[in-house]
Amino acid sequence: MKGLKSLERFSTLFLVAGLICFLIAFGLLGVWPALMTDKLDNSAGEIKEVPRDFKIYYQSVDEYKKALFLGKQIYIKEACWHCHSQYIRPVGNESPRYGLVSTAGEYQNELNKPHLFGTRRVGPDLIREAGKRTNDWHFAHLYNPKSTEPMSVMPSYTWYFDKSTNPPKPTPEGVALVAYLQSLGAWAADVKRTQFDTNQITMPPEPDF
Amino acid sequence: MKNLVSYPLIKAHLLISILYIMIVVLAGLAYSLQFIDLFPFPHIEFLSPGRIRMVHTQGVAYAWIANIFFALIMYIVPKLTEKRIFSEKLGWFIFYIYNFLVLATVVMILGGYAQALEWGETPKLLDPFISVIVVLFVLNIVAGSIWPARSKPFYVSVWYILAALIWTPLVYVMGNFLPEYVFEGTGGATITSMYIHDLVGLFVTPVGIGMVYYLLPVLMRRPLYSHSLSLIGFWGLAFFYPMNSAHHFLWSPIPMWTQYASIVASVGVHVVVYTVVFNIFATLAADWKRVIDDISLRFIFVGALCYLVTCIQCAIHTTLSVQEIIHFTDWVVGHAHLVLFGTFSFWAFAFIYFILPKLTGVKIFSESLKEWHFWLSTLGIVIMDIGLMCAGLVQGHMWKSLVPFIDTVVASKPYWWVRTLSGVAILVGEICFLINIVMTCLSGWEKSRGKNEGSQESRAF
Repeated sequence: MKGLKSLERFSTLFLVAGLICFLIAFGLLGVWPALMTDKLDNSAGEIKEVPRDFKIYYQSVDEYKKALFLGKQIYIKEACWHCHSQYIRPVGNESPRYGLVSTAGEYQNELNKPHLFGTRRVGPDLIREAGKRTNDWHFAHLYNPKSTEPMSVMPSYTWYFDKSTNPPKPTPEGVALVAYLQSLGAWAADVKRTQFDTNQITMPPEPDF
Repeated sequence: MKNLVSYPLIKAHLLISILYIMIVVLAGLAYSLQFIDLFPFPHIEFLSPGRIRMVHTQGVAYAWIANIFFALIMYIVPKLTEKRIFSEKLGWFIFYIYNFLVLATVVMILGGYAQALEWGETPKLLDPFISVIVVLFVLNIVAGSIWPARSKPFYVSVWYILAALIWTPLVYVMGNFLPEYVFEGTGGATITSMYIHDLVGLFVTPVGIGMVYYLLPVLMRRPLYSHSLSLIGFWGLAFFYPMNSAHHFLWSPIPMWTQYASIVASVGVHVVVYTVVFNIFATLAADWKRVIDDISLRFIFVGALCYLVTCIQCAIHTTLSVQEIIHFTDWVVGHAHLVLFGTFSFWAFAFIYFILPKLTGVKIFSESLKEWHFWLSTLGIVIMDIGLMCAGLVQGHMWKSLVPFIDTVVASKPYWWVRTLSGVAILVGEICFLINIVMTCLSGWEKSRGKNEGSQESRAF
């Protein structure tokens, strides 16, 4: 038992418990996998053109890209990501509900720094949101969620709309937020379709019960 | 010996933490009202539910828990090592700056400057300052109270607190800077998961357990049941907890081997929790009558029960098959409340009821308010957790059954009512607590004023 007494001394506690245990975990299960996924290729996620439905708001790709970052900033400051996750798991019938299962490479771009995986779904996942609904649906939903879904518990975000006009028009921030939402998952294979043409949505795989 | 502990400094941290817990509970309650369509401030940008949620969680971690833990560290460590903290002036500097940063965090989150890091939404601008303050606090304790006493082996509380003092700044810097500036996407998520877990596992848990190991022998007036068990518990925590990280993002794009490793490490949590909880219960079992009579021991007892339940939950619901159903649901929300309110806030209440008579020089104002606080808090958290666990199972299974998403929202509403009502019970309990503490402080203040006047009079004669 005498040897065990060293476990209660400053140097052991400081070095072994405080530093070594933490750094082993940090290195093995933090930095190593992070470096692994950091190298993945995400050329599919590159933005080459302004989507058709946003051409009235943004003239150039640069403007559109700027809007995506602004939209993401709003998404963060309103804590959207606390109620809407951004990854599809290969279990729980999530693929039939939302679309293609998420892969690591998809997230390797500047727009995902910091990432917005989220840990709670009060509302549905949004990583395959691109093109599922029209921009007008999104504007109506953000202004008053109960107008598109009467039982929704989502708060309304009326401050992204100019209320002096009738009907209220989205402000540039509001448009940017919808641009960001409509960009989520636009790169994934099963949502590569003419935007908003519901006939071309690929049929989901058979549910697994 | 008399000046070993700086009572005014501890009192300042303690009182401000009680103010914060009121704000935090109110914020949580307000947020929960959104789910049952009763949110009190709709259409107000600065008070939108999403922002209030961040105030709630940030307030719990950095305002309430951090302040009360600062207070108890500055009490327990000097008492055990018989060395004062490095500098009382530095302590006051930390108190003012840290609480200024907490207020700035609240204002900036409501103003829309939150960071995208769960449990770390403190604005990016404030992160460096908070890191520096935390490091200063650590130096104040380690350089003053721990380093000069290093020639002898330490008591178990000091192991836990010393380790937490080293881990906390490392964890804070890692989580707040790496996903934001270094690793994008999935890599960032790997680090975030480590941060989410370590904030609770390597800051809140060790300080909380260290505090219980201090209070138990003092209040029970007998030694801990087993020294070896505490040794196993501590080293189990140091080894397993940091590796649990990726279990917060199971089935996510994070490399699968990382997820498997974190699940294996999560099973190691069993070792930690059974040794710690057995040690606590075995010490309490020596004299149940004392436990029933002493409110602090009762809070420790219920806290330990909640700790047992949460940690068994933790080790079971991090298996892949259970994750499939309960991830993304209210089950996890219930789990978080059970940890941070049921366990660590209860243990902090035990410490407050223990220390307040020493700080004020008078007994706690009202026995019945104590009882109300204890029973309302206990009832509130038990009902809330059971309700949210049920909600989680309903949501998870309904999602898997592919019913329209909105049906799962409708099905959750009764459970959200239960959550709000149990939240009201907790709020009323905390109001009893606040009144009791304020009245105790006032009578302590009157008594000391009377004493001063008395001593002046006696000097005059």
